Amino acid sequence: MTLVSRVPEGAIADKWDNHKFGVKLVNPANKRRFDIIIVGTGLAGASAAASLAELGYNVKVITFHDSPRRAHSIAAQGGINAAKNYKNDGDSVYRLFYDTIKGGDYRAREANVYRLAQVSVDIIDQCVAQGVPFAREYGGLLDNRSFGGAQVSRTFYARGQTGQQLLLGAYQALMRQVHLGSVTLYPRTEMLDLVVKDGHAAGIVCRDLDTGDVFSMSGHAVVLATGGYGNVFYLSTNAKNSNVTAAWRASKRGAFMANPCYTQIHPTCIPASDDFQSKLTLMSESLRNDGRIWVPKQMDDPRSPDQIPVDERDYFLERRYPAFGNLVPRDVASRAAKREVDSGRGVGPLKNGVYLDFGHAIERLGVEVVEERYSNLFEMYERITGEDPYTVPMRIYPAVHYTMGGLWVDYNLMSNLPGLFVLGEANFSDHGANRLGASALMQGLADGYFVLPYTIGDYLAPLLGQQPLATDDPAFRDAEQHVDEQVRRLLSINGKRTVDDIHRQLGKVLWDNCGMSRTEQSLTKALSEIPAIREEFWENVRVLGENETRNQSLEKAGRVADFLEFAELMVYDALDRKESCGGHFREEYRTEDGEALRDDANFAYVAAWEFNGVGEDPTLHKEPLVFEYAHPSTRSYK
Amino acid sequence: MTTTAPGTTPKRGVQPIRKVRRGGPAIVQFYRSAVGKKWVMALTGLALMGFVLFHMVGNLKLFISKSELNLYGEALRDIPGHLLPRTVLLWGLRIGLILAFVFHIHAAYSLTLLNRKARPDRYRSPRDYVAADFASRTMRWTGIIVLLFLIYHLLDLTWGAANPEFVRGDPYNNLVYSLDRTPVAIVYIVANIALAFHLYHGGWSLFQSLGWNNPHYNKGRRLFAQGFAALILLGNLTFPLAVQFGLVEPACPHTDPVEQCDEESGL
Amino acid sequence: MSGANESMRITLKAWRQASAEVRGEFETYDVPGVSPDMSFLEMLDIVNERLILDGKEPIAFDHDCREGICGSCGMMINGQAHGPERGTATCQLHMRKFSDGDHITIEPWRAAAFPVVKDMIVDRSAFDVIIEAGGYIGVGTGGAPDGNEIPIPKPVADAAMDAAACIGCGACVAACPNGAAQLFTSAKIQHLNLLPQGQAERWDRTVNMVDTMETYFGSCTNHRECEAACPKSISIDFIALMNKDYVKAQFKQRRLIGQSLP
Ligand SMILES: Cc1cc2nc3c(=O)[nH]c(=O)nc-3n(C[C@H](O)[C@H](O)[C@H](O)COP(=O)(O)OP(=O)(O)OC[C@H]3O[C@@H](n4cnc5c(N)ncnc54)[C@H](O)[C@@H]3O)c2cc1C
Ligand code: HEM
Ligand code: HEM
Ligand code: SF4
Ligand code: F3S
Ligand code: FES
Repeated sequence: MTLVSRVPEGAIADKWDNHKFGVKLVNPANKRRFDIIIVGTGLAGASAAASLAELGYNVKVITFHDSPRRAHSIAAQGGINAAKNYKNDGDSVYRLFYDTIKGGDYRAREANVYRLAQVSVDIIDQCVAQGVPFAREYGGLLDNRSFGGAQVSRTFYARGQTGQQLLLGAYQALMRQVHLGSVTLYPRTEMLDLVVKDGHAAGIVCRDLDTGDVFSMSGHAVVLATGGYGNVFYLSTNAKNSNVTAAWRASKRGAFMANPCYTQIHPTCIPASDDFQSKLTLMSESLRNDGRIWVPKQMDDPRSPDQIPVDERDYFLERRYPAFGNLVPRDVASRAAKREVDSGRGVGPLKNGVYLDFGHAIERLGVEVVEERYSNLFEMYERITGEDPYTVPMRIYPAVHYTMGGLWVDYNLMSNLPGLFVLGEANFSDHGANRLGASALMQGLADGYFVLPYTIGDYLAPLLGQQPLATDDPAFRDAEQHVDEQVRRLLSINGKRTVDDIHRQLGKVLWDNCGMSRTEQSLTKALSEIPAIREEFWENVRVLGENETRNQSLEKAGRVADFLEFAELMVYDALDRKESCGGHFREEYRTEDGEALRDDANFAYVAAWEFNGVGEDPTLHKEPLVFEYAHPSTRSYK
Repeated sequence: MTTTAPGTTPKRGVQPIRKVRRGGPAIVQFYRSAVGKKWVMALTGLALMGFVLFHMVGNLKLFISKSELNLYGEALRDIPGHLLPRTVLLWGLRIGLILAFVFHIHAAYSLTLLNRKARPDRYRSPRDYVAADFASRTMRWTGIIVLLFLIYHLLDLTWGAANPEFVRGDPYNNLVYSLDRTPVAIVYIVANIALAFHLYHGGWSLFQSLGWNNPHYNKGRRLFAQGFAALILLGNLTFPLAVQFGLVEPACPHTDPVEQCDEESGL
Repeated sequence: MSGANESMRITLKAWRQASAEVRGEFETYDVPGVSPDMSFLEMLDIVNERLILDGKEPIAFDHDCREGICGSCGMMINGQAHGPERGTATCQLHMRKFSDGDHITIEPWRAAAFPVVKDMIVDRSAFDVIIEAGGYIGVGTGGAPDGNEIPIPKPVADAAMDAAACIGCGACVAACPNGAAQLFTSAKIQHLNLLPQGQAERWDRTVNMVDTMETYFGSCTNHRECEAACPKSISIDFIALMNKDYVKAQFKQRRLIGQSLP
């Protein structure tokens, strides 16, 4: 099978316009004759649902959350990029495109990224019109801040709660459609399988989390906007319930999983304090605007930070990357911090962090300005650690944050299974091997508001007059039975270990062997350990309670079961990619001074994996990446 | 374009606790809503506060002299002089007062029912309140105490049914006679303490209910309530206490209300 | 972190209720080995791990972000919604707020509109119904004017943001002695009513959302408990502003007369 990316012809700046004109349209009166199932109500899902419903399609929306507003997107703090050039500092669509391609280490599809940069400006307008209270300057105009990986100020923000405000905007637009009757909403409902008929996505199988009922839903198209899989590591900055289940089950039904090894490690998280740690908390990257990162020059320095004079501190990012300083992209900052901690200069009781110091900023700007910019982040830090960042430097350490990999999609955001569309973090599309800060929100909303509403018509138009597959079709019955069996099986094992316990074990194997840096040896080790954990899980997990009432252990068990299968693919991909790029850093492939060494001659492709069965080797399909505009260069932030 | 029907969400298990009826004049529709009722409560509360203040100040004439108080009662019936027949305006005011009480109490009653329905299942562990104070949590009780007092008060001093020595048109003697009885004085004192608590919260709360909120004077709202409650409490307590401690001229019924009481006919 | 080694022993009394249909009751658990650096939910995680190993069903509680932003978590902790720390959601509450030997009682939110699903989990979809009734600006996708077309004074944008910070957790309802959702509703209404973009639907929105709120929740007698419990410390000033807008909407603005930007 060959992957058709459907990238339109023409100069990069015209591709999207050409494409919009070229796609087939569905007549307004006919739209209501199409049923579209959208799984997920994050930025991508909610914005798509609202926009499609408004166009007139018949939309069903599924989320396992108790309200669409709780999707993980709500947790994004820092901001959203857009090439508005409001700051008059030389920003443009082309620059945002270029920064994103470069930030992604030349592993993203040019045409998609250019389109993303193009529609970024519309997103801001749309959100302002919806009442998103972006930060403003005294003159009443929108404020911007700068973010890692960019030398212009193009990030729009709403205090430290940008994701929340954007999601509320999309959620409200969605609820308006619910009110108008064009969206049917299924909260507390989890998608547990994708139904494929004759190679086309025909519907999904769901489980009602309150009653345990398993039921099917059919539609002309299925849209997955189910977020990322960072929780495969157990500890990550993702919300506790984020998972790979929807994407993985689609993958088991034939959708290709692309670049699963690209995981982003975020440099500014609060270090773990003990084994009971349930998740890691991100401190927004915007802190790096004014905070300076350092470690003591001396190893195992026992002094408290205020006792260490400035010339005995190593501001290692400023030293190594003078041009970008503390604002180097995430992967670079993370690896640098890891290097310091590994060399014995880590700080804090567990020696597992580096300082992020606001002392200088407070001297330079005054407490009020620092407070105005960061007070809520400082409060959050203090609540968690019990330390006051106004007086004691913060301690930070990298943590798993975002997953660039995801289901493979073409320019229309359709996967290799016709009728299955994938949006947001769940797809692989726009960030290559590393995502720049404030670009995920942009991508989620771009996909949902401004891309899918145009491209879905191209698939649907020829289907006019066809009924969606009846839910008593054997394809549905089989899938339902499959889901039922898994539930029953999980409840019947009654072993000796809890789900979390096994998940933690998996997470540790991945973090140690397929985390911030990887080697052939560590990856091979992981590949041998994961199947054993999976076996242990199916023999020895203990899931109590029943199917018929709310059972969180059961939900968790199903998700961990999928992580256990997916993890293997992730490691497999990491092993196969014999180069270092972005979030994928192979110790074997680096320059003399320790920076990532890309291999454009052999690895400038998207690795899309076809599932062949649990424990079986997957099949690799390559989509070559061609760079006509942003020519691959060594990513240097020095 | 308004509807309260939930949209299409098949899984929604929550049941409404009441129906909002639509239609009718704006004012009726407004009063049907809880926010509207609270607004009415605040306005009527404000009117009642005006009355209580006026009443307290008027009663202070007790300390000037018997005739002053009685003449004051007389003057009330006579306003506005000869422009209207006697007591017409007073009745107008009384009707306003009665309406204020009726609406205040009706709204209080109906909102209390709504609030009960909103939490049919109580908390099983003790609540630890942070901001709600004694006054705010006892509004219904202090309100009821004031209501019961009012009924007694009217029977005592307006209709005389609860006052064996009652003489129509002689408020001074009626009052002093009444308050001279210790149990009655205690009733007055307790009721006025309840009223003060009611006003301590109500005098602040009404600003919120009416939407009178402005950072420039928000601090003043609490002060106003405290000051008002204290003023009424202090003022109204002086009457039973003064009578109890014999600080005012004793009652001498069966005399001309305006004349001074002479020694022989005093009780 | 402050003192990773000291460990506390807690007595936890938790409300257990298998589903809405059955009666619930308190059960008491002895919880040794609690670190002050744990979050409250991590403490519950430990209790749950131990319960599972003892063959007992874990305590169900809603949670997701554990960063105080998604609004999933929430329970009454010793009689206070979200527990003893002001401006903090349950997931952000840390055990250093408690001391060795403490008794902690946890109970789900209680309100007619929040039926118990299981243990600490309640169904808060009544909040979604309120939003459905008008908690949006009715602009479709596309066609929006430039983001800088209408300047918004910073204090106005800030005030709107103060209101918009609501995470929809329901603590205001849980804490309110009347089971009123005034704080939530007013925050949602005022977020939009304060902004120039929200003016077109201002009066309809206010009436529809308030009326919908009142079909599910109690009424406000200004106890201020909601503000104290709110993890985002949302001010009851918004309740006053909502009341004002409601009155205006019902009388002054009924026929769109006088609709103008503030
Ligand atoms: C702490 C943190 C901070 C961040 N800050 C920023 C930032 O400042 N700027 C930025 O650009 N990006 C940021 N990101 C990244 C960004 O938030 C996410 O990538 C983005 O929000 C993902 O949106 P989404 O719509 O794809 O998925 P999500 O928001 O994760 O939504 C997934 C949805 O799918 C549903 N779902 C999933 N599986 C199923 C299933 N099986 N059945 C039913 N429903 C399902 C869920 O219920 C949910 O509604 C941050 C991420 C984190 C973790
Ligand atoms: C007669 C019986 C009364 C009853 C049953 C009663 C009951 C109540 C109740 C239940 C409230 C609501 C509590 C709140 O809003 O915080 C209230 C408010 C109030 N009451 Fe009364 N009350 C009574 C008499 C009075 C009197 C005599 C006065 C004035 C002197 C008064 C003044 C107020 C005020 C100012 C408020 C606040 C209104 C608001 O916040 O909107 N009440 N009353
Ligand atoms: C110690 C305190 C009080 C004293 C000494 C007092 C005294 C009096 C007197 C002497 C009268 C008769 C007036 C007349 O018939 O001319 C009267 C009437 C009345 N009082 Fe009071 N009063 C007190 C408190 C209150 C309070 C707290 C309330 C309200 C809650 C109240 C409500 C009334 C009313 C409604 C009347 C009838 C007025 C009328 O006839 O129009 N009083 N009071
Ligand atoms: S107003 Fe505060 S307490 Fe109420 S739902 Fe919103 S965040 Fe929670
Ligand atoms: S606690 Fe309740 S009474 Fe009003 S001020 Fe808050 S809603
Ligand atoms: S878990 Fe998200 S707010 Fe507490």
